[in-house]
Amino acid sequence: MKNIRMKKVCLVLAAALFLPLAASAQQMESHIGNLTGHSEQGQQLYYRYCWGCHGARGDGNGENAPYVTPNPRNFVQGTFKCRSTPTGTLPLDQDLYNSLVRGFNFTNMPSWAALTSQQRADLVAFIKTFSPRFKSEKPGDVIPIPPEPALTVASIQHGSELFQKLECWKCHGQEGRGDGPSASTLTDSNDQPIRPYNFSSSNRSKCGSSNQDLYRIFMTGVDGTPMPSFADVVKPEEAWDLVHYLRTLQTNNKSPELTMWEGTKQGAEIVNAKKVENTYTGSGVKP
Amino acid sequence: MERWGSVKIRSTAARLAVYLCYTLCILTLLLADCRPASAIPAFARKYGMPCSSCHEAWPKLSPFGQQFKDNGYQMGNDRDAPIFQQAAYWPISLRITPNWHLETANHVIVDGANETSTIANIKTNGFDYTGMDLLTAGTLAKNFSFLLVPSSDETGAFHFESVNVRFSNILGSSWFNIKAGKFELDNLLSEKRIVTLSSNGGFYQNYHFQPWVAPGVASSAYVFGLGDNQIGVEWMGHSKNDRTRISASLLSGTDGNPDFQTGVGTAAGHAYEGYFAASQAFEVGGLGLQRVGGFAYLGQASTYARYSSGGVPVNGTGIGNEAYYRAGLIGMWYIKKFDITTMYFHGHDSVYLGTNTARNLGPLGLPAGAHAPSWNGALFESHYNLNPQLILINRYELIRMSQQAITATPGNPGNPSNLGNTDAFTVGVRYYPFISSRAGFAFHNEYSIVRQRSVLVSPITGLPIDLTSSSLMFGFDFAF
Repeated sequence: MKNIRMKKVCLVLAAALFLPLAASAQQMESHIGNLTGHSEQGQQLYYRYCWGCHGARGDGNGENAPYVTPNPRNFVQGTFKCRSTPTGTLPLDQDLYNSLVRGFNFTNMPSWAALTSQQRADLVAFIKTFSPRFKSEKPGDVIPIPPEPALTVASIQHGSELFQKLECWKCHGQEGRGDGPSASTLTDSNDQPIRPYNFSSSNRSKCGSSNQDLYRIFMTGVDGTPMPSFADVVKPEEAWDLVHYLRTLQTNNKSPELTMWEGTKQGAEIVNAKKVENTYTGSGVKP
Repeated sequence: MERWGSVKIRSTAARLAVYLCYTLCILTLLLADCRPASAIPAFARKYGMPCSSCHEAWPKLSPFGQQFKDNGYQMGNDRDAPIFQQAAYWPISLRITPNWHLETANHVIVDGANETSTIANIKTNGFDYTGMDLLTAGTLAKNFSFLLVPSSDETGAFHFESVNVRFSNILGSSWFNIKAGKFELDNLLSEKRIVTLSSNGGFYQNYHFQPWVAPGVASSAYVFGLGDNQIGVEWMGHSKNDRTRISASLLSGTDGNPDFQTGVGTAAGHAYEGYFAASQAFEVGGLGLQRVGGFAYLGQASTYARYSSGGVPVNGTGIGNEAYYRAGLIGMWYIKKFDITTMYFHGHDSVYLGTNTARNLGPLGLPAGAHAPSWNGALFESHYNLNPQLILINRYELIRMSQQAITATPGNPGNPSNLGNTDAFTVGVRYYPFISSRAGFAFHNEYSIVRQRSVLVSPITGLPIDLTSSSLMFGFDFAF
């Protein structure tokens, strides 16, 4: 009789101890190439590296969140800036993985290239457990990126016209310094002030530094920010023209686009007017 | 048996009470605080990242922390320059470890009756504290970084442990970084970030070993420790993801001591030395990041002074340089939460350095049976990182002489073949009750024992005897 009672007590204790754990554990996998990430492993990594900013619940409310600008990503919302999928849809696992490799320039989110591929895949799997969207929705279809057409002066000029026509300057400013008339009014999806990208500050945008990355940003938009998707507004060849023009705004980066643009009278005047020299802050920031 | 110490605990009951209190404190805190656990905390505060990001268990670096260090204390997000910090941010941290420790040494030569000498086992224990490090480090501007570490011993006497500036990513390349000043050599197995702290376990035997001239006669021609910070200039390059690392340093031969004109020892100041290190990391499935590498230190030390004053050598006028070198191979192997570092070490001194002989005396000035001493060493250090809050540590080091400085000749037995052979074993556990991006704290528990063969001469028998010493340490390691 005593033994039966003891067994019952043990069973109740075991249930009390382990059931909540089982209930809270949401197994999730990620698939990046040949890699399969597992959320159980990712959880341990998350609580080593990520929780300070993103929070124990993945809601972006880590102990450092109040001191981090822009705010850390709220994974619960399932809204991600850098995707290869249409605006409003979930990203691919590969998109999240690429974000971990790349980090986010001008934010506190560093590159995690020092981790192993498997560790990053595991982290992606765990991050997906925070949002119910990953259980009920599938990622969007990948936006195709056509081959980049040959770089021409006409392409850059047309891109310049599109920059005006699409009113990119309203936020990014006529010189691409992120100081357009609307810049100071912008907020992100958490109502936090957000600054448009300053093209002159770096050749690395948050979602990558290649021409394909820039193209992708137009077409997918940057979810959670005021940067919309232009997939329904511009044709693919027009988007490439815009990419070519935006490269000329990065006056500290000697890209082929900038070199070609400087080779024209019109381009040289514009570029020289944009250049700000003799800045001694050493910060890479130009006024 | 003789004892001394800041606190004498004479009765068994009192000792038991101390052990009991300590155990209870640990248990209470273990049970009371189970938050997700927490280096240079100033970095953690700057970037808002927990200690566990850069340290597997602080102060041991993780691959991410190594990359951060190799990138000049920068994350590389164009947010590293101080201009992005609030003006009130001050990149200063401090670290010190109050502790209780027990030290034992057998075969210590002491005065005996009737003006004779005898040997004794000495045991000492008490409450104590370590020296303190003031760690100031960070960026001066993008790609300009610094490290300044005023460090004190237990009495508060300060010296500069590190003083250097680093120019990172020169010409936009991660393969072109220059550091100048006093800095730690590019040792994969860092003695400055060693996870053991006791008197016997707080350093790597292989890094500091110098061969004995004879039983009871230590090498005195020069002082060198591969784990000591050195003064000079270093070029270092690494791949973007830090998988490949390579460095070369040109150093003053002063073992990191300042002011080469006065220097240390008989005649410092006329030697430049070189250190080279390279390593490659690779992934093995889900096991973790494995790394293999090699290193070599090519040194030289003067053996006599050109000038003397009143019979005393004038410092800084050393000549008659003789060569020594240290070289090794290292592997860092990860099997998920378990990792083991393996190291093969080889050392060699010139015959003049090995026998404390001035080179101007020539071969005839060498003692009979003199040889250039050489030795081999190995290290196995394993860790089990259960989670960011708990790490179990185990280390075994051995050193074996392959060539003694003095071998047998007719009428002279020479050195015992095992003279200087060393075995060192350390085991420890560190528990971090909390992990935050503000400060770090660890309960540090460690036992270490070291045995050196034939390094003493018994005053009773006149024969070589071993020296065994051990440390037991319970510490409260904190950094803020």
